[in-house]
Amino acid sequence: MKLKKEEIEHIAELARIKLTDAEKKKFSRQLTDILDWVDQLEEVDTKEIGVGVESDLTNVLREDIIEPFVNTGSLSDAFPQAQDGHLKVKGIK
Amino acid sequence: MDLTSLTVKTVHQGLVKKEFSCEELVESYLVRIKKLDKDLGAYLSLVGEESEDKAEKVDEKIKKGKEIGILEGIPYCVKDNILIKGQKATAGSKILEDYQASYSATAIVRLEEVGTIALGKTNLDEYGMGASTENSSFQPTKNPWDKKRVPGGSSGGSAAAVTASMSTFGLGSDTGGSIRQPASFCGVVGLKPTYGRVSRYGLVALASSFDQIGPITKNVEDAALVLQAMAGKDDYDSTTHDYGVEDYFTGLEKEIKGMKIGVIKEYFQKGLDTKVAKVIQDSVEQLESMGAKIQEISLPSLQYALPVYYLLMPSEASANLARYDGIRYGLSQQKSKDLISQYGENRAKGFGDEVRRRIMLGTYALSAGYYDQYYLKAKKVQKVIRQEFQKVFNKIDCLVGPTTPTTAFKMGDKVDDPLAMYLSDIYTVAANITGVPALSLPVGLVDGLPVGLQIMGDGFQEGKVLNLAYQLEQSLNLQLKPTL
Repeated sequence: MKLKKEEIEHIAELARIKLTDAEKKKFSRQLTDILDWVDQLEEVDTKEIGVGVESDLTNVLREDIIEPFVNTGSLSDAFPQAQDGHLKVKGIK
Repeated sequence: MDLTSLTVKTVHQGLVKKEFSCEELVESYLVRIKKLDKDLGAYLSLVGEESEDKAEKVDEKIKKGKEIGILEGIPYCVKDNILIKGQKATAGSKILEDYQASYSATAIVRLEEVGTIALGKTNLDEYGMGASTENSSFQPTKNPWDKKRVPGGSSGGSAAAVTASMSTFGLGSDTGGSIRQPASFCGVVGLKPTYGRVSRYGLVALASSFDQIGPITKNVEDAALVLQAMAGKDDYDSTTHDYGVEDYFTGLEKEIKGMKIGVIKEYFQKGLDTKVAKVIQDSVEQLESMGAKIQEISLPSLQYALPVYYLLMPSEASANLARYDGIRYGLSQQKSKDLISQYGENRAKGFGDEVRRRIMLGTYALSAGYYDQYYLKAKKVQKVIRQEFQKVFNKIDCLVGPTTPTTAFKMGDKVDDPLAMYLSDIYTVAANITGVPALSLPVGLVDGLPVGLQIMGDGFQEGKVLNLAYQLEQSLNLQLKPTL
């Protein structure tokens, strides 16, 4: 099995998703199946393919002009916890 | 007259000739939704009074003898990952169950400018992740042709609503086939435009380099009209292109005599249902009899499109979905001991299995030590496939093949096997990886279930794709409709 329990735990931590032990087992099996299947890409010779920005794409730039956003109420209305119109969050530790 | 079965053009003619009012039209849809949707489950929410107010305004305009545009007063449904200001937008996820959009998507703004009327928001696989709409956190949607079967996904709600005449047309989004596959399963027309043709502003992001909004309609004419209204440059999405938007509608009438059409060899190999293959081959013969020049085209790297997609899409999704942490909006649990455990608990409770699977797969593919092996390798193979496509489109006009390997499958058949579900996208992902436009056109039935022909064109050649689809549709004259 490609993905060990510790690896699943590490990925879940990076992804900020809490998993139960049963879920760790299930996802480890399913993700391993998927990774085994995508391994077929190794068959494709990509030595000649450059890394980095695709040659057929161009950057799209624009002036950085500030526009006022008036609808702030609709955003703060969605805050799960608020105090004096500010977003309230838990302490880091 | 059954108003709900009309298409855009026939609704427009009826309104102009005062055969019925826009209020009657909207009312007919609401009655039909009430009658059928409890069972079908296509809608997640309805807009309500606002749609009736808009209809009243269209009627006043007609009464006063003013001219109305072709899409004015046309009712439509919207996949619930596309924002309409003031309406709920759940993206099919518990984490956004009570989220209300604070602005409208550009596609919606443009459709409202020409006077269309949104009826409601439709069901989808959570965040567009799925091929059956069974991954919705709220309800399954049934296929109107056979209620034991799935409508396809992830735009299954819009496809089912249009098929069951619960709206004149619908909007979907397509990241790997999510417009075309349900259109194929439900026997309607579905178009994924070229990447950059329609603005993604206001679409809940799945994989930003693949996502496109597109129409799901009863016929090709309607798809052309809706695309025309939505397409074009948008300052809020810098990937939209400033190529002029063609008059797709007028272009439909062109003859297809001499058009060079490639039949994709690799799409007729193992995995394709033999009865589906027969229907597709018959429609290719029909094209030949209409004067199109048919040739077999081989794209050897195409077999790698699906694994490329299932690395790049989860990678992008893992980054895009990082914003859903329940801190600023959405499902939020307050009992966690600190911020970091709150993130983990909100996301564990808010996201379904498939979403968590893809976020973790993407996180892994992008993580230190694995980036070169997975993400970078997939980007390189993507380039190989793109180059192959470009070569082919230098010598032909359109590529055709089946949209899906089988007709609609039974509910529950693939829910426990993610890899089997992924294989549903086998013929559709190539258009997303290469960015080209692709349309699914119903071309027949197999054992009472619709079969879709997929037509792909070169980038920004929607005009050619729609022209070919329209001519074939007229020539076949199938009029497929389920009994409900």
